[in-house]
Amino acid sequence: MATWMDVTAVLVILLNLRLLCTSRLGTCIQTVAQQAVLLGLIAFLQHGSDLGVELILIVLSSVAIKAGLLPWLLFRSLRQCNTSREVVPFVGFSLSGLIGLAMLAVCFSMADRLALSELPCQTLLIATGLFTIVTGLFLIVSRKKAITQVLGYLVMENGIWAFGIAFALQEPLLVEMGVLLDVLVGVFVMGITINHINREFDHIDTDQLSVLRD
Amino acid sequence: MLIWMMILMPVMAGLLSWVIRGFVARSILLVVTASVHAGLVGWVWTQPLTPEAHAWLGIDALSLLFLSVTSGLFLVVAVYSVGYLRREAVHRVERDFEEGVLFSNAPEARFVGCLLLFLASMTLVLVSRHLGLLWMAVEATTLASAPLIGFHRHHRSLEATWKYLLICSVGIALALLGNFFFAVAASHSEQTVHLTLSTLLSHAPALNTTWLKAGFLLCLVGYGTKMGLVPMHTWLPDAHSEAPSAVSALLSGALLNCAFMGILRSHSVMVAAHLGRFSGDLLVGFGLLSIGVAAALMIVQTDYKRMLAYSSVEHMGILALGVGLGGVAGYGAMLHTVNHSVTKALLFLCAGNILAAYQTKEIQGTSALIKRLPVTAVFWLIGILAITGSPPFGLFLSELTILKGAVQTGHWISAGLYLLGLGMVFVVMMRAVLAMVFGPAPSETIMQTEPPDSVWPLLALVAVVLGLGLMVPAGLDRVLHAAATCGGML
Repeated sequence: MATWMDVTAVLVILLNLRLLCTSRLGTCIQTVAQQAVLLGLIAFLQHGSDLGVELILIVLSSVAIKAGLLPWLLFRSLRQCNTSREVVPFVGFSLSGLIGLAMLAVCFSMADRLALSELPCQTLLIATGLFTIVTGLFLIVSRKKAITQVLGYLVMENGIWAFGIAFALQEPLLVEMGVLLDVLVGVFVMGITINHINREFDHIDTDQLSVLRD
Repeated sequence: MLIWMMILMPVMAGLLSWVIRGFVARSILLVVTASVHAGLVGWVWTQPLTPEAHAWLGIDALSLLFLSVTSGLFLVVAVYSVGYLRREAVHRVERDFEEGVLFSNAPEARFVGCLLLFLASMTLVLVSRHLGLLWMAVEATTLASAPLIGFHRHHRSLEATWKYLLICSVGIALALLGNFFFAVAASHSEQTVHLTLSTLLSHAPALNTTWLKAGFLLCLVGYGTKMGLVPMHTWLPDAHSEAPSAVSALLSGALLNCAFMGILRSHSVMVAAHLGRFSGDLLVGFGLLSIGVAAALMIVQTDYKRMLAYSSVEHMGILALGVGLGGVAGYGAMLHTVNHSVTKALLFLCAGNILAAYQTKEIQGTSALIKRLPVTAVFWLIGILAITGSPPFGLFLSELTILKGAVQTGHWISAGLYLLGLGMVFVVMMRAVLAMVFGPAPSETIMQTEPPDSVWPLLALVAVVLGLGLMVPAGLDRVLHAAATCGGML
């Protein structure tokens, strides 16, 4: 069981690196969806035998929303915006990859200090969670298009979720569902706003949203 | 039961707004819902406040105080919005004041619907006694208010909406991580503790301190983003200046308080865990930074709505300072919350009237207010005098109380910086506003006068600002004390 968990966690880390280095928006959206599926898998592996109905419900709906509904919404908004399917970065792809590796190293050293138990798989999971959060933040600040920023937000959300799994934190069903609903509606509202921005400006490059400043 | 009604009724009414047709029906829906909500909150005042031990929803003194402010302001804003929407509905396509581009407003059903959902989500924030639920509700306020900020669909308001959505969502996500840290701190003690406030408070001393500290820091940064503390305030001036003025009034007067609630709840857990000094010092630091930066940035503002927005940043700083110092200053901070909300709502609604008449947000382009909009001009002047802390208004009293708290606890440097910031703000705002009110009349002919329904709702706010400066009623005083105790300040 632990081996499988390690493998899945490493896959999540690799997907993060792929997000940092890929230049195609479609691939990015798919990667975020795959990451959500893997995290769902980790949740099942972590809890192993004591799977309650509540937990199954939470994990399944989370995977359905994050890997099904949200990517669909994002692809739809990508089609409607009629924009080029390229990620436009402020920081180049190879440099992003290198920065990613450096961040990974920092996350591992932090996870070592944060881990509460001696189990090695917890350290790996904490590092995965932290690295996913940092990757999300990095995507938000280093990419130009509004859609990539939404993706960054989702990656960050995935990371926070992974962090919760690492400590086997179980919030009550209602709260988990509420958080999911917030993310869903959030991406929905962001998608609508992107459409409005596209109609008004004929592009979705956020660096040109710079009229308001001091 | 009562709490559920306060939350579900605006939700229902909000959804109904998309269904029903006609301006009159929708206006009635908005005002009636706001009145019933205010009535329910008023009824709570007559009841004893005993939130059930492990309940997720409950009203303690802190909730009651913030809820009253939110509900009262919402009622005033609802009445004001009816007049505003009626005037806006005349034009299908409008010309932008600043750049002359054409734009159309979002549908009115969406405005009223989102306004009501916004009320419901804010109510949920204020009555939550579970940190996870509180987080969820704060994020819901962002989502309900984003379409309101983008009501005028032109490129500046879209830019403001985008910044608001993204910066606040990311900030709030950090607060979720902070909640997880609290949960880890709790799972480390002997028995598992849930994230309900009462359990956290009673088990606080047994929690892991390192995780609590890290969790509080994340919550402070997360909710602080939404509250507008420097350096996470960048969305605030844009959103406040581009939103319709009625929405700005709610953002500043009610929404910022909701984010403040998140910080207060986390702070109270820290105090119970004997880490009050750690969280208090952080709050003092962020507070002084916010006051200083806001005062400095206010000097360069040429736009009066942005100037008001920076004044909100400054006042959020004052609140953080008061809570951080604790004791007498904590009581002052509670009083200041009420005063600031009411006064800032008054100012933003006045700004809405000025904007409608002069069609510009430039301070330079606005003069001789007293001749063109006599009533608004008087209210505007009262509001500015109050917000800069002049006697005899409520803010003078609360700012003085916070200063007293700082001096009593020996925080001389904080007190000095605080006074310096307040002094700067006074000079900057007065310089701008006196020119606006008494400056020479512009040459062009008067196009528009003030409609009565844009003025009389403001009278209620003026009365409260003045009344709270002259005396704090005994009932309110009791609730303020109890609220400061709930927030871990007394």
